[in-house]
Amino acid sequence: MACIEKTAKSVEEAIKLALDELKVTNENAKIEILEQPSKGIFGFGSKMARVRVEAVYDENQAAQKFLKDVLNNMDIKAEIKISKEANNMYINLVGPKMGMIIGRRGQTLDSLQYLVSLVINKNADRESHIKVILDTEDYRRKREETLERLAERMASKVLKLGRRVELEPMNPYERRIIHASLQDYPGITTYSEGEEPYRKVIISKK
Amino acid sequence: MKELVEIIAKALVDKPEDVIVKQTESESSILLELSVAPEDMGKVIGKQGRIAKAIRTVVKSAAAKTDKKVIVEIL
Repeated sequence: MACIEKTAKSVEEAIKLALDELKVTNENAKIEILEQPSKGIFGFGSKMARVRVEAVYDENQAAQKFLKDVLNNMDIKAEIKISKEANNMYINLVGPKMGMIIGRRGQTLDSLQYLVSLVINKNADRESHIKVILDTEDYRRKREETLERLAERMASKVLKLGRRVELEPMNPYERRIIHASLQDYPGITTYSEGEEPYRKVIISKK
Repeated sequence: MKELVEIIAKALVDKPEDVIVKQTESESSILLELSVAPEDMGKVIGKQGRIAKAIRTVVKSAAAKTDKKVIVEIL
């Protein structure tokens, strides 16, 4: 995270300069006073105030606040549970009316996940980028299982019918699940066709 | 609805003070016109409109309980 030093006539002024430059507020900064200003005698030996300010940004807090505001406004009561592991942030929403949060085929959940990721990574550079996984009622795992079963079923259909099968359009994450689950399926190959957001997986004979 | 668009937009842009949402309601629909600072346009639209699409999806599901159609326009 960014860290700068500023000098000014007073400590307050120096801090303000630094905060403005870092574009952070007080609560998101670690402030260290390096030197108190002193007037000196007749202008001799006067010293400027010197501070070091480090921007510290609490992603968990930012994610929590954003989701809380959004959900409140959608009239949804949910507990927001956040855990972080390395560069992954897992957010689990617990409450009633979660169907509304998931949306059709997880559309709303995906959109919210994307927005949270944009919000918390707003000031992040490539190395500190955090991947956000937003889930509720175990939707992601259940969907993964559904897709794996679908893949199996379609693969055996391809072998039986001897022709390729097109799946419905899916997002990259879901397509990856299909590809991965059929990777070692004998006699079967998979690829994707079409343009986003209508890109779909094709299952065919090898 | 207006507030929801405001909350989302303000969290995405660099200049939240420039976020303005205008709500116009008719019998069958709610029109939400979002405007942001020119340099923040990309932050609410995104590559190939991906961010705009995500905002619309969330707003739409929030509006599911009203029987009105919600349109989010970015000006």
